[in-house]
Amino acid sequence: MAKKNSSARNESEKKRQKKAYEKYVKNFTPRPKYFSNSIKAFIVGGSICLAASYIQDGLINRGLEKSEAGSVVTVILICTAQLLTGFGWFDSIAKFAGAGVIVPITGFANSMVAPAMEFKKEGPVLGSGAKLFTLAGPVLVCGITASVIIGIIALFK
Amino acid sequence: MPNNKLGKQTIAFRTRPEVLGTGSVVGVKEGQGPLGKSFDIVLEEDMFGEKTWEGAESKMLSESMRIAMKKAGKTADQVDAILSGDLLNQLMSSTYSVKEFSVPFLGMYGACSTMTEAIILGSVLVDGSYSDTVIAAASSHYSTAERQFRMPLEHGNQRPPSAQWTSTASGSLVIGRSKNPHFCCTYATIGKIVDTGMTDANQMGAAMAPAALDTVYRHLLDTGREWNYYDRILTGDLGHIGKQILIDMAKNLGIDLSPAYDDCGVLIYEKDQDVHSGGSGCGCSASVFAGPVWKSMMEGSISKVLLVSTGALLSTTSAQQGGSIPGIAHAVSVEAVY
Repeated sequence: MAKKNSSARNESEKKRQKKAYEKYVKNFTPRPKYFSNSIKAFIVGGSICLAASYIQDGLINRGLEKSEAGSVVTVILICTAQLLTGFGWFDSIAKFAGAGVIVPITGFANSMVAPAMEFKKEGPVLGSGAKLFTLAGPVLVCGITASVIIGIIALFK
Repeated sequence: MPNNKLGKQTIAFRTRPEVLGTGSVVGVKEGQGPLGKSFDIVLEEDMFGEKTWEGAESKMLSESMRIAMKKAGKTADQVDAILSGDLLNQLMSSTYSVKEFSVPFLGMYGACSTMTEAIILGSVLVDGSYSDTVIAAASSHYSTAERQFRMPLEHGNQRPPSAQWTSTASGSLVIGRSKNPHFCCTYATIGKIVDTGMTDANQMGAAMAPAALDTVYRHLLDTGREWNYYDRILTGDLGHIGKQILIDMAKNLGIDLSPAYDDCGVLIYEKDQDVHSGGSGCGCSASVFAGPVWKSMMEGSISKVLLVSTGALLSTTSAQQGGSIPGIAHAVSVEAVY
């Protein structure tokens, strides 16, 4: 019993030390530039949405259904992001714009193409094929799970 | 029989194994840094004419060994053992780089502390007359480390200010004996693991700084040397944040490290090279010591150096399981012997 108590005390002492050290480290760590990063993300992300909306309107004017036009715009965004990733430009854009390009579907496209390119050397099946979903996979699993749960809730509402 | 153990953790090399020659090969970004001119080879492109990044790293490592052997006036036949390590699984870069030499090989892993681990064990082999000549070497490559530990290269993200940049670099030392010894390994302090409980892989410097302090402090206690004995005390890759933490923690112990102290991860890049908190990787301390530091020693501007390569013993599995990042640091003193 006494042993158990002392090990619990040791554990809490370790946690306290860890917290104290983390706090101490914070004094030396520069904070990310949240404000300027947010502004950049807003401007770039907003511009992407604006352009997408403009294209969608154009497509609707040419006689496409609204839902069809939406799908075409999504494909255009995905293809553009994939192409930019292939040219090696997307990571530089993302470094500047952050969430502005990562949160829209452009980020999703990049997260598929980047591992596909990276693991090409390991072969088409065990390399690109196996690693294709390493970044996007967890997002898909969580997204689909969430949508199923919400779907069930909606069903019994 | 003389006792070569000094104090608690320090080894005294009584017969003074000598550093006979060094070789350093670095990537494009490292070549553009403030130390760029002091390395033996700066790559024109980080692929180094190979098909894979891993192939490039192996070639960099073998090239640095070749340069070190040439400067030491030795051929591979005269080398009794190669002690080398890197960051990749199963020490891929090292095994591929040494196979062409056909020399007995010992793989080292101490994360980014590998270089001093190799120098210490290599010096032990020479000091104990188990070998006449050995090579101690280490390498890292930004692109191989990124794909193993982090994200694919083309993945778009923003790194936090505390993140460090794995150096594309390799460094080798030939350790042996000559008739007129010049720069010798005199003492080595083997570090112990210090775990701060930090779990953030973007805070490597902070995770390693207490281990570095522990080793430096133990080294000074064991050898009875003063902190200002050395011309240069160089930690491996604490980066800007870890360096500041080490200086501050040492100050609390009454040691003012600042005039002689610096960090290889801080020295290797300019602040505007977009490397955030500085360089990291085994190749960082290996190349900085084998290149610029060795050059300064040969020119006579410094003669007593304490190299303290620091390692964050993080595995991809422990990181995913929420484990902490254990830190380690080994120190070796290389000094002019007259």
